[in-house]
Amino acid sequence: MTRTFTSAITLEDALAALGSGARPVAGGTDLVVGARQGKAPLPDAIVAIDRIEALGGIVADDDGLRLGALATHDEIVASAVIRGRFTALADASAIVGSHATRAHGTIGGNVMNASPAMDTGGPLLCFDASAILRSGSKERRVPLGDLWTGPGATIADPGELLVWIQMPSPEPTTGSAYVRLEYRRQMEIAVVGATAVVRVDAGSVTDARVAVTALAPTIRRVPEAEAALVGSDGGDEPVAAAARAAAAGSSPITDVRGSAGYRSAMAEVITRRAIVAALARARGQHVPIPASAATIAVTPGAIR
Amino acid sequence: MRVPAVLNVNGTPHAVELDPHMSLLDAVRDVIGLTGSKEGCDDSECGACMMLLDGKPVNSCSYLAMQADGREVTTVEGLAKGDELVPLQRAFLEQGGVQCGFCTPGMLISATALLRTNPDPSEDDVRIALSGNLCRCTGYGGIVRAVRDVARAEEPV
Repeated sequence: MTRTFTSAITLEDALAALGSGARPVAGGTDLVVGARQGKAPLPDAIVAIDRIEALGGIVADDDGLRLGALATHDEIVASAVIRGRFTALADASAIVGSHATRAHGTIGGNVMNASPAMDTGGPLLCFDASAILRSGSKERRVPLGDLWTGPGATIADPGELLVWIQMPSPEPTTGSAYVRLEYRRQMEIAVVGATAVVRVDAGSVTDARVAVTALAPTIRRVPEAEAALVGSDGGDEPVAAAARAAAAGSSPITDVRGSAGYRSAMAEVITRRAIVAALARARGQHVPIPASAATIAVTPGAIR
Repeated sequence: MRVPAVLNVNGTPHAVELDPHMSLLDAVRDVIGLTGSKEGCDDSECGACMMLLDGKPVNSCSYLAMQADGREVTTVEGLAKGDELVPLQRAFLEQGGVQCGFCTPGMLISATALLRTNPDPSEDDVRIALSGNLCRCTGYGGIVRAVRDVARAEEPV
């Protein structure tokens, strides 16, 4: 088949191209790398969507937060609203790839690539985010927990395009954090990751969300870990119980980045760090973004 | 089928016809003939191919050349002004930040991108920003010192 490339200027142009079989590319940071690694060849018909203005932007209002599919990780990290109220998402976008990846890589591409190791997935899931998918004639709203069906797989039809992601605003006394285990400080993929979103009122945890990353075929919440926290004082014992529950609720694989046994052991450690950082933020304490680096006592750069 | 595009590289427009699957790195090296940018891993791991795209760093091995149509591309050849090296390049030489030279074009571009967004980076800032650029010779010490020297000198990058 003949290779074709078009650059869409309007959403309608892009949807028409998708309807006739083209595949979308935005920042290109997953599509091309995936082809190089042999995951899937580059599509014969490509439609670039990175110049469609209607797909950009980050909007926060009374309804919550709306991320245009083309919002880059750099833009997410720079957003004061996201840093302040959706902090775990800023933690995640701050460590995606390298500064080259974050300048061009988009939240839409990250979500639709559906990697079980993606950094932003856990925070989005815990913030109750939904994907708005549009095709030529219709639009539907899909909670992210229903969107991902396995590694690299979603329920989206080939003719559908993610146009934005929306989520409600968390209560004011909520704190959140995303932490991952990494071997390298840039161009790294989570060996394991964990997200915690906790609400603390009058010294007691009144709501908790815990999700694990790179520990199951899709990023998923662990209800047993959340139950261990709700109603507690957020002290060492309930935090440890929640971390153990997260590890127990994981089903990791063995691959080049870690064995299943190592991942299970580290799931507990990383989940504990995420919960501790989220609780600290909920209590108004400062934990720098990204929490991943901040929660490790000794960083490589500190050793002279 | 080849598709027409205009690649603006280091201020010079190049009207080219490209395979839609060609990477920006291959277009700049093989079609335009600027071979400063290197192919290390071809997998976005090593940063040897790093260029600036509209002023922002990009791993050009993993970026479709067609997506750069009409945008501004800067490669290592675009840093020096004629035969005069910019302060960052001089600092790399003075501090021993260059040995075999293969990572140097990407390192210089990556460091340029860092210094434009953070003119006074800490040592940790430099190490984190350059962690997407692999060097197998220097041990990174000279590279980090070079970037810090330029930041402290307060000269334009």
